Amino acid sequence: MNLGPHRDKKIMINSLISKREKNMKEDGLKLVLLTIVAILLAGCGTTGDKQRQQTSSRLESRTVSRAPASAPAVSQGLAEDTEFSAAALDDPEGPLSVRTVYFDYDSSAVREEFRETVTAHASYLAANASASVTLQGHADERGTREYNRALGEARALSVRSQLVLLGATAEQIKTVSYGEERPVAEGHDEKSYAVNRRVEILY
Amino acid sequence: MFLTHRYRIVRFLSALAMLGAALAASATLFDNELTIRIEQGIESALPIAVVPFAKGAGINIELDVAGVIRSDLARSGKFLPMPSQDLPSRPARFSDINFKNWRLLGIENLVIGKVLPNTRGGFTLEFRVVDVYKGNQLFGFRIPTSRKNMRLTAHHVADLIYEKILNEKGAFATRIAYITVEKTPSKKTIYRLQVADADGYDPHTILESSQPLLSPAWSPDGSLLAYVSFEGRNSAIYLQNVRTGAREEIVAGEGINSAPAFAPDGRRLAVTLSRDGNPEIYLYELQKRTLERLTKHPAIDTEANWSPDGKTIVFTSDRGGGPQIYRVGLDGGTPRRVTFNMGPYNARARHSPDGKKLAVVHGDEKGYNIAVLEVKNGLYEILTNARLDESPSFAPNGSMIIYATMGARGTELAAVSTDGRLKQRLALQHGQVREPAWGPFRK
Repeated sequence: MNLGPHRDKKIMINSLISKREKNMKEDGLKLVLLTIVAILLAGCGTTGDKQRQQTSSRLESRTVSRAPASAPAVSQGLAEDTEFSAAALDDPEGPLSVRTVYFDYDSSAVREEFRETVTAHASYLAANASASVTLQGHADERGTREYNRALGEARALSVRSQLVLLGATAEQIKTVSYGEERPVAEGHDEKSYAVNRRVEILY
Repeated sequence: MFLTHRYRIVRFLSALAMLGAALAASATLFDNELTIRIEQGIESALPIAVVPFAKGAGINIELDVAGVIRSDLARSGKFLPMPSQDLPSRPARFSDINFKNWRLLGIENLVIGKVLPNTRGGFTLEFRVVDVYKGNQLFGFRIPTSRKNMRLTAHHVADLIYEKILNEKGAFATRIAYITVEKTPSKKTIYRLQVADADGYDPHTILESSQPLLSPAWSPDGSLLAYVSFEGRNSAIYLQNVRTGAREEIVAGEGINSAPAFAPDGRRLAVTLSRDGNPEIYLYELQKRTLERLTKHPAIDTEANWSPDGKTIVFTSDRGGGPQIYRVGLDGGTPRRVTFNMGPYNARARHSPDGKKLAVVHGDEKGYNIAVLEVKNGLYEILTNARLDESPSFAPNGSMIIYATMGARGTELAAVSTDGRLKQRLALQHGQVREPAWGPFRK
């Protein structure tokens, strides 16, 4: 379990590699040129090889035509005495305008600062029985893809259980997790990671 | 003594030459093909010479059969093939071999061969492996093939050489599956599930989608791939026949549907679903189409992988705080933690083919790397040293682990020998490559 020295050794090996790589790069150009010739020569042969398992199913047209997950819910015929109306969803100043909840690293606990946001959405859902929402969970890129899918789901489920606790019904809420597949920031630093660890509330 | 000394010098020189040769043999400028670069060689590799194969009258095979064999053997790190431009002669028949010349160059084994026409319009690939010091033939084979299967046959030859000389099964004639992601100039994203030879050549797109594709997993016989697709509004698990392209949605419920893993007998899949409230592991019976829940815990349970005996499953769970590996018997029972004293993050374990090791993604303050853990005693070694390595997958002979790493232009594939001594990078020219899954031996 002697982690420290072991790691040091690896780093040393690494620096040797990069030196060797540099040398290789210089020779590499010539070799690439040679290879181009080789490929041109081999060109005709490769087309014959393509039938082995060529069947490719194209899904694009099918999936693109679907309604986006963020299609707005229609909420007409509201009782007049409800606290929120459909218009409240569109109010850029109102509490419902906040549609993203952010999380700590490897955590699905809803932070205190998002209590007001979650409460407002719960009240809206409680007051608008016909409204429904999709909670889209996300994670930052660190760690494994499937664990991050599960983590995104755990985050969405965590927001969902709070919404239900505060008056929404479970039937109004769907969850979907994209894990690390759909980052909003593409950087490889904590600033990007912090905004990628999120649940989006999509009406 | 003289010979030994000479031999060492030759070894050193050919080690340098090999790096160049491997580059030349494997580099390609085709879109969506992988190139292989050996980052760190092994000094103890066996010197071998593979002479360009002679061709029978009227045969126009463009494929450099000997080149494919050479490149395979070099990638294993266990052989040092002599670059073709250094070959002192190119004998096609046993009687043409000048043994003294090859001995002076320190070559231990020599491979000669030819491609001949066969009566059914195809070809016969004939090769012999010669012991240069004893001056006799070690073994030889005659393999019927076709133009379209020539590359595969060359990989088979490399497997036979590897197996007969090292007494260990070769894994060159195998395939890898992986996901590529391409951003088009019009800002669209295209996800592809591809299958290629283990050396990255001959890639075929078997599925293309505008929505994320994830987690490809081979059936034990190599005929099917299970994977996750977001082509619907939510994720679903699909099975696709690799040869025919026929596909079928098998599991799609509320919440996540993810992380499929075939049982060694091919009759069941372990999957991760959150339909009952949080991510748990279920067993899906392929014939009966039934689901049975295996884990039951409010924490995350995911990324199942079967032990080769089919009796237990390892999985990732954060029931102890951060993600760690646990093992559970198929009869249920209490899962036992596998990763101890290994830092705060250990996930997505994969059994080695003999079941004695687990490859995991190991995270600490230095980054996320591939580590290999001895199941028996819990000792582990970290094999990689980049910042974001993931998705380890063992070659079917256990010699190498392929994984995804963050390169300068995004994620790409790399391979490391299971002992950590040899590293290679399989770099894609365009797009991002991720989630490699090494297929089984081909029957």
